[in-house]
Amino acid sequence: MTTELETAPAAAEPIVIGAPPPQPLHMDFWRGIADDNPVMIQMLGLCPTMAISNQVSNGLGMGVATIFVLVCSSLLISLLRKVIPGEVRLATYILIIATFVTVADLVMQAYFPVLSKTLGPFVPLIVVNCIILGRAEAFAGKVGPLRAVADGFGQGFGFMLALLIMCAFREVVGSGMFLGHPLFGPNYEPQIFMIMPPGGFLTMGLMFLAMGWWGERKKAQLARAVS
Amino acid sequence: MSGHEHSHGAPPAAATPDEGSSSARLLFTLAFFGALAGGILAYTYQKTLAPIRKFAGEKVEVAVREVLGAPASLDTLFLVGDKLSRTLPAGVDLLEAEKVFIGLNAAGERIGVAVEEAAPGFAADVRLMVGFNPATGALTGFKVLSQTETPGLGDKIEKDTTFAPRFKGKIANPLKGTKSVTTDPGTVQTITGATISSKAVIKVINKAVETWKPRLEAFAKEGGK
Repeated sequence: MTTELETAPAAAEPIVIGAPPPQPLHMDFWRGIADDNPVMIQMLGLCPTMAISNQVSNGLGMGVATIFVLVCSSLLISLLRKVIPGEVRLATYILIIATFVTVADLVMQAYFPVLSKTLGPFVPLIVVNCIILGRAEAFAGKVGPLRAVADGFGQGFGFMLALLIMCAFREVVGSGMFLGHPLFGPNYEPQIFMIMPPGGFLTMGLMFLAMGWWGERKKAQLARAVS
Repeated sequence: MSGHEHSHGAPPAAATPDEGSSSARLLFTLAFFGALAGGILAYTYQKTLAPIRKFAGEKVEVAVREVLGAPASLDTLFLVGDKLSRTLPAGVDLLEAEKVFIGLNAAGERIGVAVEEAAPGFAADVRLMVGFNPATGALTGFKVLSQTETPGLGDKIEKDTTFAPRFKGKIANPLKGTKSVTTDPGTVQTITGATISSKAVIKVINKAVETWKPRLEAFAKEGGK
């Protein structure tokens, strides 16, 4: 009996302190989109969300760039998690993230120059986006590559979803357009403040309000079901 | 946790002899990832350099053709010191060299020149391509190359399609702005709600004509065509 108890954990994957509990892959993906959305629940990456969410095209560009960086860096960090010594892990993570961000930035400049110009400094600033370093530290550095990639896609799409909700609302109200196409005809007076910073704060507040209301409702439903 | 406290053996004993080799390993890890990052970036940079430069060049040419009103051909003069020259100075990048584009019509006659110039707007620099006729000082047009003016207000200097045509044929000697409709060739109507940005455009245009007209005249006097 004793030998069995001692050998049992050793046979499995070595235990990593603070590792996320095992879950099926699709859960790793969906968590980032709904229950643990980086913007709406974790409240990370609010700076780029606020800054570039006044046009749907911006949201798409920023979302795709962030997904690319998040997935690539999560994969590499997960693969190398046993090679990277704990003392220099943050420096190494930042180095890996910065490399992929620069790749994304150069590719955007080369093949999507107009988008790259409107996003301006916010593409290089993905380096300091908390979502990416957060996932590297909390997740990718502690699990296998498949889970890390699933999580990267989930968190990335969750970020893009939040971006697109804000972008769509602000562009439609603020410029009367969607993806650059006029929606309401010439008589619509665009609410310009919506595409400026105050509109960003307002939209973000409304989005969090809706999320809070939805969460409360879910909780109440659950309580009713239990009682 | 309790394992560390109770067993005096394994963990500390394993940590101490490790420390020496550990710092070498840290150094090696960072050096390795630094080199790897450098390699990836060098490769991407080389692959993307040509399209990035091509786009930058095309953007300038489109702007030049637009402000000069579709010239048949273009000629370029480069600024060397404070004089113009037909040849690009050695060691200067073609895209970064200060230059003037000369637009010629089908008969080879000069219809105007285009230069890039910038001045501070409401937020940061407003950079324009300015086209004018150096003989008369009359403007042929301008195009915004870059600006970070307030969206919805100041950025009308770029987005309001009725603004740029107001400058056509105006004489920059120097050009002035006014809030009302005007037919005076030395005055141009600014945009309501974008007065500072409109004035920045006027400032850039005056600066372009003031700095480049004498240079072109000096070049012509010295026998350059």
